[in-house]
Amino acid sequence: MTFNASFNPSGGGAIVGLGMTEMTREYTYSSTGLAAIAVRNAITDAGLDKSDVDGILVNPGIMGNLQPDLQKALGLENVRLQTKMDGRGSTAGQMVQYASLAVQSGLANVVVCVFADDPLRGGSAGAAYGGADRKVTGMPSLHSYYGHFGANTGYALAARRHMALYGTTQDQLGAVAVSTRKWAQLNPIAMQRGEMTLDDYHNSRWIVEPFHLLDCTLVTNGAIAVIVTSRERAKDLKQPPAYVIGMGQGHPGNPRHAGAEYEVNTGAIQAGETAYAMAGVGPKDIDVRELYDCYTYTTLVTLEDYGFAPKGEGGPFVEDGKLGPGGSHPTNTGGGELSSYYMWGMTPLSEAVIQTRGQGGDHQVKDHSTVLVSCQGGILDMHASLILSPDSTAGTGGHS
Amino acid sequence: MTRPSPTSDELSAPFFEGTANGVLMLQRCRNCAKYAFPVQEICTNCLEGDLEWVESSGEGTLHTFGVMHHLYHPGFARDLPYNVAVVELTEGPRMSARVDAPSDELEVGMELKATFEPAGEVMVPVFQPA
Ligand SMILES: [Zn+2]
Repeated sequence: MTFNASFNPSGGGAIVGLGMTEMTREYTYSSTGLAAIAVRNAITDAGLDKSDVDGILVNPGIMGNLQPDLQKALGLENVRLQTKMDGRGSTAGQMVQYASLAVQSGLANVVVCVFADDPLRGGSAGAAYGGADRKVTGMPSLHSYYGHFGANTGYALAARRHMALYGTTQDQLGAVAVSTRKWAQLNPIAMQRGEMTLDDYHNSRWIVEPFHLLDCTLVTNGAIAVIVTSRERAKDLKQPPAYVIGMGQGHPGNPRHAGAEYEVNTGAIQAGETAYAMAGVGPKDIDVRELYDCYTYTTLVTLEDYGFAPKGEGGPFVEDGKLGPGGSHPTNTGGGELSSYYMWGMTPLSEAVIQTRGQGGDHQVKDHSTVLVSCQGGILDMHASLILSPDSTAGTGGHS
Repeated sequence: MTRPSPTSDELSAPFFEGTANGVLMLQRCRNCAKYAFPVQEICTNCLEGDLEWVESSGEGTLHTFGVMHHLYHPGFARDLPYNVAVVELTEGPRMSARVDAPSDELEVGMELKATFEPAGEVMVPVFQPA
């Protein structure tokens, strides 16, 4: 079904503040404490005052350690828009969309969107994402008996399906890991900045075949907040605005039934179609791609679903390194979730804001007039897209 | 430490009664005839809540698989590496399972047939290459 592009991009809102905590494997503060630091940093970054904030959207990570009434912990006394949201990894993109709609309608003027998580407390983060310690009975207990645990397994099964249908190779998954690491080496806040060769990739231990350790994201403690306001308000603030010129969502029903190929066709197809139509652009117009990359495979399949490569050809597409620094298709320019930090959809969103502003330093892409953000949730169950631009006149019809 | 034992409960009882008798049971919607992998209260196709239990052929193909090397549960320490499979049954539904074959002999699309092995108090389906 084709999206009816009746959206007026002049109402799409703008991201005017970005705040991050330290990205770390250490435990420093609780999710609530981390969220407060990120919000404080975002307010300062935007040149706003805490009293300007009148909306807050809250997204806890895997630990679920953020309460919906976070405004109390933040001492916000002027909140007229609030909720806790859960589209898993897609939430960051969704939050900016609902915040955009709110500032467009006047329901709120300055909306903070915040993600925080603290899965690492001196132990392995695999436990939080594995779910092996859950006590279950009936059919779910059969699942546990087979040893079918965790997000790693779900995505590995999807990657295997792609490999079987299209001949995607281990080298091609490895090429994504290597090109993403090259970006991380240029980003001072990336957590993994060591040299990585394709051999290093192949030599890293198996987690769940076809995934090596270096196919998988790096679980992180931290928080990121962004601030969305109206386009009018954005013009007077401290930072160059990142205008939201396109947005869309796609949430496949994913039937576990013959005929469905959900493993290789993600919600990015529908979400991207909507966002492209809204912005009046297509894949050829995108300068920078910030794609949710919990696994190498996620990058590969998402590139196909946004139309950068035909379905099934993501493998050959990524193999020549075109995603890396100096390549024709700069992708995950901060080092992504694979090498930089794993803050769910806030990872691609934060780097997209940095790139749109032109503040990427050594990892800044020269052409950054149209930046795509892809946020993936669940096991390819939920998806949200944003298209950002530094140009307030960009998008359909050039409304300003 | 042993692997987590599956346990039958009220909703899944007909499934485990089936496995005890060497039969893989599925659900089927009385309204639209669509098969469902148990246990579903409501048919995801027509949203009617009238599902019956039926015997499946126990036959299917390997839709996809992974080979687990990371230890998520101490009960699997002696099993590493082991495979996790998604089997597409001839009737349509896909189910999580294990294929009783060396991992390097697994191939997406291969034909499989359910057999049953004891697991604590119940029998569970495990698939063999057909
Ligand atoms: Zn039905």
